[in-house]
Amino acid sequence: MIDLSLLPDGGMSWLDASGPKGSIVLSTRIRLARNLQGYAFSQRARDGDRSAVLTRVEEAVAASDHLSGAVTFRLDQLERADRQLLHERHLVSKELAGLDREARPRPGAALLVRGPVGVMVNEEDHLRLHGMRSGFALEEAYVDLEAADADLGRLLPFAFHPEFGYLTSCPTNAGTGLRASVLIHLPGLVLTKEIGKVLQGLSQVGLTFRGLYGEGSEVVGNFFQLSNQTTLGKSEEELLDHLGKIVRQVIEYEEQAREVLLRDHEAIIADKIWRAFGTLKFARSISFEETMNLLSGVRLGAGLNLIPGLSVYTLNKLLIFTQPAHLAALEGRSTGDPELPTVRATYVRRVLEAEAG
Amino acid sequence: MLCDSCKEREAVINLTQVEHDSKVTLHLCEQCAQAKGVETGVAVLKSPLGGFITAMGKGATSVLPTTDGLRCSSCGGTLKDFRDSGRLGCAQCYEAFDAHLRDLLRRLHGSSQHVGERYVVPGDVDTDPRRQLLDLREQLRRAVENENFELAAELRDRIRVLE
Ligand SMILES: [Zn+2]
Ligand SMILES: [Zn+2]
Repeated sequence: MIDLSLLPDGGMSWLDASGPKGSIVLSTRIRLARNLQGYAFSQRARDGDRSAVLTRVEEAVAASDHLSGAVTFRLDQLERADRQLLHERHLVSKELAGLDREARPRPGAALLVRGPVGVMVNEEDHLRLHGMRSGFALEEAYVDLEAADADLGRLLPFAFHPEFGYLTSCPTNAGTGLRASVLIHLPGLVLTKEIGKVLQGLSQVGLTFRGLYGEGSEVVGNFFQLSNQTTLGKSEEELLDHLGKIVRQVIEYEEQAREVLLRDHEAIIADKIWRAFGTLKFARSISFEETMNLLSGVRLGAGLNLIPGLSVYTLNKLLIFTQPAHLAALEGRSTGDPELPTVRATYVRRVLEAEAG
Repeated sequence: MLCDSCKEREAVINLTQVEHDSKVTLHLCEQCAQAKGVETGVAVLKSPLGGFITAMGKGATSVLPTTDGLRCSSCGGTLKDFRDSGRLGCAQCYEAFDAHLRDLLRRLHGSSQHVGERYVVPGDVDTDPRRQLLDLREQLRRAVENENFELAAELRDRIRVLE
């Protein structure tokens, strides 16, 4: 079992709900894709080259101002439950964690973390730097990341082309290599059935949406990740500004939708929210998916001040720790334990009772 | 799983909504999801390049000659490999397939011209001692790999001085 306390903040600070618009926006995340000159991209590279890339990244990180002292996790040396844990914390992609296959990740697959910045090594690209912040905080997340990127770019030769910009394994990421995502909770828009229009509008302005776990994941619990679709032909600032502007608009729509719900359907909404809360509080066996959906309702209730004395932090904590690998680690079970739904219900009840005081 | 709406095509997106007392999950095919006003982005998710690569291969929609056999001399990857996997083999592939990629990048991003941060590769004359040290260590590893022990010994001495 890996020691997650090694992570400076346990990798959790981004969920502390302290950030701007914390009740609607859970977190902001930006990543930069970079590759080293002189090595085949990770998927085509031989094991020896992948290991050489990791060694060079580790040396550069150790010599850098902003990342020295980072903790390294070698994914090829971790058990599946540990890799799943890192994925559930949004620190590594499903692909890098190798959760889609039986075999362990290939040599060189690693995660380096210091504070809010992480570096995935030998994912689709040699380096995927990411910065995470609580709430809606694009500028802050980018400041952290830009500093780390500049640092590493002085110590390592990145593959860069005067016309195409930073070169990436997949041309959808070329140019800036920048993908910014805002994890946002939109129950108001879903309940008022406005969500289809909003999501359709997003694609028309060059944005895309995904589920809680990023690429390829489904939308559950009304949690959406909104991000830029293109990475080339616009500067980093333009990409962030544009995403920021649209997200502010979506937040406004969501707030309006919630007002409408409260004004026209308060009894129905209150009933829904309290039923969700009741189920969470009294269930004796519950799946993670159902937990997410109920948390979605309760979160709306907390945001509308219909459920007093329940903090968004507690709800975020539940969202993280009721995930299979987290719950299993916390309660000393295996991720495949058939009793996990019962264990989950007990855990949720305990946390909610502690919060109620 | 079949689409809940048309019951004909494979469902590719799960749309979960809380309705009345319970949550409703709709399993929809791409067409039905779009008809319901949800831009799925599925084509993009499944293969990041969606129909673009196929279109490139067909030649009918592309003015470029079919040159599947075009090969990158650096990594050995061919244009066909790229069309099959959606991933390039190395940075030099961008030079080897440059006309095709320019065309593709324009269709994907609306432009092939990077206007973001200009990156300057740290040069050989760079005087940053940290970078010199990292370079020497890299040269040392290669020297050892190639069993050039004379060079390795010399590099070790230089590294010791810098450290
Ligand atoms: Zn259908
Ligand atoms: Zn190549």
